[in-house]
Amino acid sequence: MCRLFAVTSNDPLSPMMALNALNVMKEGHDGSGVGLFLTDLGGEFEKFKNEPILSGIFSNDGIKALDRFMIDLDFMVKYKLSFRPTKPTPSGTPKRDNYVIRVYEYPAEWEGLSQEEIQFRLMMVQLQLREMGEKDKSMLIFSFWPDVIMIKEVGDPLTVAEYLRLDRKELSARTILSQGRQNTNYSIDIYACHPFFIQGMSTMTNGENTAFVPIREFLMSRNFPGYAGYQSDSEVFTHILHYMQNKLGMGMEMYKHIITPLKDDELVRHPDGKMLRNLKQSCRPLIIDGPNCVIGCLPDKTMFMVQDSKKLRPGVVGGRPGIFAFSSEMCGLDAAIPERDINLDDQPMRYETVIIRRARQEIEKWNQWDALPHLH
Amino acid sequence: MESMGRITPSALSTKDLPWQILWNKEKCTLCGGCTAVCPVRAIDLGVHRKRSLQVPVGLETKPGNLFAIYHGIDQRTDPAHACVGCGMCTMVCPNGAIAPLHSEGIDKLRFHVNQGGEPRRRGGRRNNPDSVLDKIKFIRISMLTDPALDAGRHEFELRTLLGRVLPPEEMLKVSRENGWMPPVREIYPLVIGSMSFGALSPNMWEGLQMGVAYLNEELGMPVRVCTGEGGCPPRLLKSRFLKYVILQIASGYFGWDEIIHSLPQMKEDPCAIEIKYGQGAKPGDGGLLMWYKVNKLIAAIRGVPQGISLPSPPTHQTKYSIEEAVAKMIQSMSMAWGFRVPVYPKISATSTAMAVLNNLTRNPYAAGLAIDGEDGGTGAAYNVSMDHMGHPIASNLRDAYLTLVKLGKQNEIPLFAGGGIGKNGNLAANAAALIMLGASGVQTGKYIMQAAAGCLGSEGDRCNVCNIGVCPKGITSQDPRLDRRLDPEQVAQRVVDLYLSFDTELKKIVAPLGRSTSLPIGMSDALGINDADAAERLNIKYVL
Repeated sequence: MCRLFAVTSNDPLSPMMALNALNVMKEGHDGSGVGLFLTDLGGEFEKFKNEPILSGIFSNDGIKALDRFMIDLDFMVKYKLSFRPTKPTPSGTPKRDNYVIRVYEYPAEWEGLSQEEIQFRLMMVQLQLREMGEKDKSMLIFSFWPDVIMIKEVGDPLTVAEYLRLDRKELSARTILSQGRQNTNYSIDIYACHPFFIQGMSTMTNGENTAFVPIREFLMSRNFPGYAGYQSDSEVFTHILHYMQNKLGMGMEMYKHIITPLKDDELVRHPDGKMLRNLKQSCRPLIIDGPNCVIGCLPDKTMFMVQDSKKLRPGVVGGRPGIFAFSSEMCGLDAAIPERDINLDDQPMRYETVIIRRARQEIEKWNQWDALPHLH
Repeated sequence: MESMGRITPSALSTKDLPWQILWNKEKCTLCGGCTAVCPVRAIDLGVHRKRSLQVPVGLETKPGNLFAIYHGIDQRTDPAHACVGCGMCTMVCPNGAIAPLHSEGIDKLRFHVNQGGEPRRRGGRRNNPDSVLDKIKFIRISMLTDPALDAGRHEFELRTLLGRVLPPEEMLKVSRENGWMPPVREIYPLVIGSMSFGALSPNMWEGLQMGVAYLNEELGMPVRVCTGEGGCPPRLLKSRFLKYVILQIASGYFGWDEIIHSLPQMKEDPCAIEIKYGQGAKPGDGGLLMWYKVNKLIAAIRGVPQGISLPSPPTHQTKYSIEEAVAKMIQSMSMAWGFRVPVYPKISATSTAMAVLNNLTRNPYAAGLAIDGEDGGTGAAYNVSMDHMGHPIASNLRDAYLTLVKLGKQNEIPLFAGGGIGKNGNLAANAAALIMLGASGVQTGKYIMQAAAGCLGSEGDRCNVCNIGVCPKGITSQDPRLDRRLDPEQVAQRVVDLYLSFDTELKKIVAPLGRSTSLPIGMSDALGINDADAAERLNIKYVL
């Protein structure tokens, strides 16, 4: 089973904090990979809140191709943080030439474009680069977005972190998602490594997604170029969230109603049952069947955790004002934030959504039985 | 008995027939039960002359003959009275003295069932036990990576939708604007397929309706039954049970005067309207109710004179194109119920089904598509149509689903598959395979007749006399002397039994796949087959 740890804090934290928590839960993962999503960045990247950051792994040829491609698009590098490890690679980790994090300045001709258009173009650049890299394995692209850094690699999380020296001071963030396992149910593929990212939002998941194929078919037939990839069955959780927010214009309170709708006879008793029934019918192919615990982060840096409707995976949220963490195991949370009131810890159940807003003051809980905050 | 000197081209011996009657003189009580019950009068009481040789010991008395007679059974061999293998003689015999046995070789009867230039007509099925659906296995078992669910103790919601489902964006827009939302029914994914009042006896019909009502009202299972094209008894039309019924309109329009006239008195809307354009058993051919079965009651409900054959035209005569036939009929039927009732077409599986489907995707009133494969059954059809016409359901359904996926409309137009589901008894496995290939639900008729009423038909050309109204079980006859063999209450009980067992078996299939909260429509990653060509054609895994 995967191990997940996410933390959101008013003060920037090193990703090592999350990776150490993952390490406490090591008994439960097989050390086959690590993935990090960092946002609300601190350190050196604090200065570049609005410029897009490219995260990926490049061969030496890949770097050259990247430069040519980005220059053609009129993207200029403003700041970069590259790791070129010289130590021997840890067991199971492939030898790579360059781990790249680059901040770019927008092309001049993008000025005046709508926010939506800019976001679409950023996604398209990421997809184009990924496609270029897939041909000759010269590039692996994880994200291209303002205020977001992603790092992924195959191998034991802590060993990889030490190998890449992720404790460097330039690297810190207020919101971190981390996952400690590759997708070992299928063949090892770094693109199958959680967390997954699309247009500012990211999720990671514990458990197999048994309803994967119909969900993937539904998303891929929406004619949106970003709904692609799917080396992991968990990537659809990120894309469902994106589809709900960006295509249907719905808020986070509807996520559970889409992926785990109430049963037909329950809807009869719900105050917004009629609308929810229509939604359930229209979004029928997006219903998940577990066993899944999904942890994610929205573009406004709100973090959330939801469970499948059978609640077949563990998940706990706890902390204190200023810092909260989401963990797949209690021991991870204990290690990360020992000085908290454990009575306020929460383990969301089948109907619940737990969120921590960017102010990081309290654990907010929603129940699917609640009346909807606003109807369209 | 005919003399040996009169052998005609169609003179057959019992050996030339598909079924031979074995009769045991020692056990026979000569009660006559078998000859009375035989639906095709294949056996007569016979008087047999028997010569015994009398050969005394010694030379004094010369050997002689003793002539005696005994009474027993004669099997008739003319094509009209050839044994159909139903085995009713065995069932009524108090001593087990008689039984039909299937001939090992290929019979000669098949060359002579066209007397008077009339090709063979029959009821039943395609008589071919091959089934791709039976070969499909469910291979994605939840093993350690995710927990298999408990089919007996987990909560399951295995319902499906019948009706045009709006895509999410449009649904939200319509909700916002208080626009028209197409009607959608939440139903059980196993629908009792269309078998008409007329094709079925009144007792069979009543039994089915009672069973369906019980499943809905006592067990909370939203099971639906389709009427077929013979109309619907007025008492049912005006009852609250109409909501469990899918009314079918077909090219003969039988019974629709009665239905239209009942509209003002209807307490409930029907579940849906099925417009039949084709049927898997006899694609491209219209419905057929032969004169034997058109008695006073059937004539009254269908609005026709008694005792005439009722061949429906192969197509809806007033409509000459797909736009006419589909769009206008769907719209007219929707309008008749104030756009509150889903209306969908049913077609035979055909290589042209994708054209129909593409047309439906552009028709906002089309509530789904039912596709009936070549293994569908019928009450009456030409043998050649049943045996040789039509398209298998598996690949046709799969193509239809993948066409919808390409268009992004796989959730908008539910596909219902029929034809051969459970033909060898594997109802739940066949239904689940079709659902995972992309069907929203399945329709079945023959299995219901076999399980709920004891239909004797098999894939080996047994019985198959549904067309001439002599059904020995009273399922498809219109003769009160035969109908009374079938107790509607017991049919209802069996309908409930078979649905409950189907439900358990369906859970036993989906639970190990890790599915319980929604029907696994299109979950093709769970399917495998040990036939590489079939795997490639259906886009599922090839397993050995």
